[in-house]
Amino acid sequence: MAERSLGVRRALGIHLALVFAFLYIPIAVLAALSFNEGGLPTAWTGFSTKWYTALLGNAEILGAAWNTLFVGLVSTLIATVLGTSLALGIETRARKGGAIEALVFAPMIIPDIVLAIALLSFFSLLNVPMGLHTIIVSHVVFNLAFVSAVVRARLKTFDWSVTEASRDLGGGAVITFRRVTLPLILPAVIAGALLAFTLSVDEFIIAFFTAGAGRDSTTLPMQIYAMIRFGVTPEVNALAVVVILVSVAAVTLAHRLNRGIVAP
Amino acid sequence: MSALLNIEGVTKRFGTVIALDRLTLDIRENEFFALLGASGSGKTTLLRMLAGFEVPEEGAIRLDGADISQVPPNRRPVNLMFQSYALFPHMTVHGNISYGLEMERLPKSEINARVGEILETTELAALAGRKPDQLSGGQKQRVALARALVKRPRLLLLDEPLSALDKKLRAAMQLELKRLQHEVGITFIVVTHDQEEALVMADRIAILRDGRIEQVGTPHELYEAPSSRYAADFIGLMNFIDEGGRTLAIRPERIAVFPSSADRTVAGRVVARAYHGLDLMLHVQTPIAPLALVVRVTADAADRRPVAEGDVVTLGWNAADVRTFAN
Repeated sequence: MAERSLGVRRALGIHLALVFAFLYIPIAVLAALSFNEGGLPTAWTGFSTKWYTALLGNAEILGAAWNTLFVGLVSTLIATVLGTSLALGIETRARKGGAIEALVFAPMIIPDIVLAIALLSFFSLLNVPMGLHTIIVSHVVFNLAFVSAVVRARLKTFDWSVTEASRDLGGGAVITFRRVTLPLILPAVIAGALLAFTLSVDEFIIAFFTAGAGRDSTTLPMQIYAMIRFGVTPEVNALAVVVILVSVAAVTLAHRLNRGIVAP
Repeated sequence: MSALLNIEGVTKRFGTVIALDRLTLDIRENEFFALLGASGSGKTTLLRMLAGFEVPEEGAIRLDGADISQVPPNRRPVNLMFQSYALFPHMTVHGNISYGLEMERLPKSEINARVGEILETTELAALAGRKPDQLSGGQKQRVALARALVKRPRLLLLDEPLSALDKKLRAAMQLELKRLQHEVGITFIVVTHDQEEALVMADRIAILRDGRIEQVGTPHELYEAPSSRYAADFIGLMNFIDEGGRTLAIRPERIAVFPSSADRTVAGRVVARAYHGLDLMLHVQTPIAPLALVVRVTADAADRRPVAEGDVVTLGWNAADVRTFAN
């Protein structure tokens, strides 16, 4: 590649800095405001953690947080088991064309709003009473695709001869999975699960459509949406910062685990 | 002597490709047997079938008299050493070797005793705590071997066991494998495409071609009495002379230069000389064959009567040393 002149490099550096500024300044402002004692976005009146304390005392927010955690954990668990099985199924069967692969990927590509309407119509058609359970099922639908994508990426470089070696040495199918296959793909399975959990925690549209009318199936993103309709409060800022921290932690962990995967 | 393994009329197709074509073969107890063939000859399919990873469409595979062709790999007293070794990367050397014994649900004390014993035999004791990615190629190969041998199978299958090693180590391991086979008293079946490897290691060799057996015999029989032109060409160096609808085949060392007596003589010009340590290989262009005949001359003989490139020489051989194949 040709050497870049100092001027071009400097210009590119400035460009990069501007892109990052555009991406992260709003988040930084949000984080700063969550510590603003006065609570107004217009003036800084001093550092305080009182909005975080207020958050802890708000039963509605805590209830929504609990719902989000519950939906996230349960849908992640189901999606991880099903998505891993699906990935193993696709990768171990002889290639059967792209039809299955396209079907598996579809929930990742279809716009959330379309998926939300489809799921709502589906539940209404079957007369399923809606609540947290319907949100869980809906989150499994798209998380399944993400988990299986992550696990399949790992299986692409998997040396299947180790499973044959296990069979040859006397291991049945179940023991081979438990003692050889699963330990070797576990980092990818966990990475897929963390990704699924993150996606579930901040998912709004699908949860909004499939939550039903009851207030007791409100999740955090829905709660935040309800709160900002009356203006952005410092409490919302604090809540947003907490959500960001949880998401970033999960994604970072997932990334670490994925990078740690070494082909045998 | 009754056969340990009796393969009878075994056929296997992959789509329209026929991998094994009514193949029949007997392998004896305690034998070091080599399946030798080019790629696509069916040797690997046969090995995988003996391990249980492929099921024959027709025919039977009898081990100690019982048909095992439908028995899954984990229920056969047969173990396979994989070409890629297929060591478990998340387990130590000790863990890899004990795995097969744990599958048999043996008492822990017996497992440890047997693993310890095989670690000694294969000189791996010092590496027992290492993971596969901390081992050299030769060490991995020994772990793979130990892992299969520790099960004390009736039959040990080895898929191109030395192909991943460099040339020097390969030569040492050929003798090592032979020694080990004597020591443990287990029947070995090794798949290889390397005829030299088969000649060095095996008690008997089967040459496979297009899913069938071309010839079975001891290395000596295959070398001295090949039954077909293909077998003659596959094992060692051979000169072929097409003559009157048949092919004459003669080994380079059976051709004499300036013979004192010979059943047949022919004149030719030396087109190339190649030095091979004790021997000298002369390539002599003659009117009777399109390709130059290869003649092996001992260094002593070459010293007594030196020949240079471009020299005209007389070659001669005896009729008893010529194999004739109908075309």
